[in-house]
Amino acid sequence: MRKISAEKIKETIESIILEVAFNLPEDVCAALESAHKKEASKLGKSILKDLVDNIKVAKDEKLPLCQDTGFVVIFMEIGQEVQIEGDLHKAINEAVAKAYQEGYLRKSIVSDPIQRKNSGDNTPAIVYTEIVPGDKIKIKLLTKGGGAENCSAIRMFNPTVGAEEIEKFVIETVKNAGPNACPPIIVGIGIGGTFDKAAQIAKKSLFRKIGTHNSKPHIAKMEESLLGKINKTGIGPGGLGGKITALAVNTETFPCHIASLPVAVNIECHSHRHKEVTI
Amino acid sequence: MKKITAPLTDKDMQGLHAGDQIVISGILYTARDAAHKKMAELIKGKKPLPFNAKGSIIFYAGPTPARPGKPIGAIGPTTAKRMDSFAPQLYAKGVKATLGKGARSKEVKAAIKKYRAAYFVATGGAAALLAKKVKTAKVIAYPELGTEAIYQIEVKDFPAIVAIDSKGGDIFNEKL
Repeated sequence: MRKISAEKIKETIESIILEVAFNLPEDVCAALESAHKKEASKLGKSILKDLVDNIKVAKDEKLPLCQDTGFVVIFMEIGQEVQIEGDLHKAINEAVAKAYQEGYLRKSIVSDPIQRKNSGDNTPAIVYTEIVPGDKIKIKLLTKGGGAENCSAIRMFNPTVGAEEIEKFVIETVKNAGPNACPPIIVGIGIGGTFDKAAQIAKKSLFRKIGTHNSKPHIAKMEESLLGKINKTGIGPGGLGGKITALAVNTETFPCHIASLPVAVNIECHSHRHKEVTI
Repeated sequence: MKKITAPLTDKDMQGLHAGDQIVISGILYTARDAAHKKMAELIKGKKPLPFNAKGSIIFYAGPTPARPGKPIGAIGPTTAKRMDSFAPQLYAKGVKATLGKGARSKEVKAAIKKYRAAYFVATGGAAALLAKKVKTAKVIAYPELGTEAIYQIEVKDFPAIVAIDSKGGDIFNEKL
């Protein structure tokens, strides 16, 4: 057994949060720069210029990229040969509280969805754990803004529908999101599993590097087809018109019941703040 | 690039058309979901709003905390449609413009036309850049709401786009 202390996990999560709040991943920066060069619409191009300029100001001045510093979502793959010393969930939430305090990040979480009192320290995080072979822990962390998350959708299809119906639903979801989700967006799609599994893999797909595709050829083809169709909607950057509406379409699949075909679409804004660290 | 200074007048509004890129100087009041709910209760109870609404601009925003020595943290627009059900009564009280992101309902558009007002959009997710335009900030109401409190902020050359103008011109309807 390899021992990893909860304290080590806490330090790692704290440092990831403090990095992603001010620094976009390289692939997202590159995608926004390339979008700025390609966009033809005047207002769309001016929005993309703001986004490219914003990356530099955030980094140089340690100002958050977006005022919505998000809900912390963590996918943790824990090797079965690892023994965690200490309380894992307590460590994670202490890391979130400390990072949001020390980084001057916004506390955007209410403790009860009906009473709506702010928890005051951006806790709790949403944590998915998976036990995998090996003696390492992989931490995938995303700070998810509320505006884009609100534009997400899930539908339970009849199993007899084809790829065409699924694509129609994705496009409809993107059109409903329109300017509200802060386009250019990243579209995470989960197909298969159950109601909950589809949503979970849709979110997990957001971690994939922009420009890469699902390893299954028919899914990769669907991703390319969808990206083309989404960028033909004309929604454009900021919803002000243009050809760059999405930077990527990422899809994950899971086997499903003979009666079912769940499809979840998780919308992510261009301020796609995430990082993966293995300890 | 048109320059406007808040508080706004009817004359200011006449020169603004959907699609215009503008820069705003003067005072903005931040308010998002929770503050709107409270202001709606004030209006219902016939009590005064926490700020002088006449000619004012409401900025749909909840900033990050300011670092020491800075007026504010990151600040940028949140989705305006969540405030659609509250906006008409605020325009009726004299608010001349709201500033957010995304499209508005037809009820909001009708109120904007009726009161010769406007709706502006700013770039979403560019909150570090926009924070540089904020000169001063103070909480004037509902401090218990944290980031959702009403801040009075003074801005200089804050960039925005006219999304709905006083005649009902709507950039989103034209584009989509």
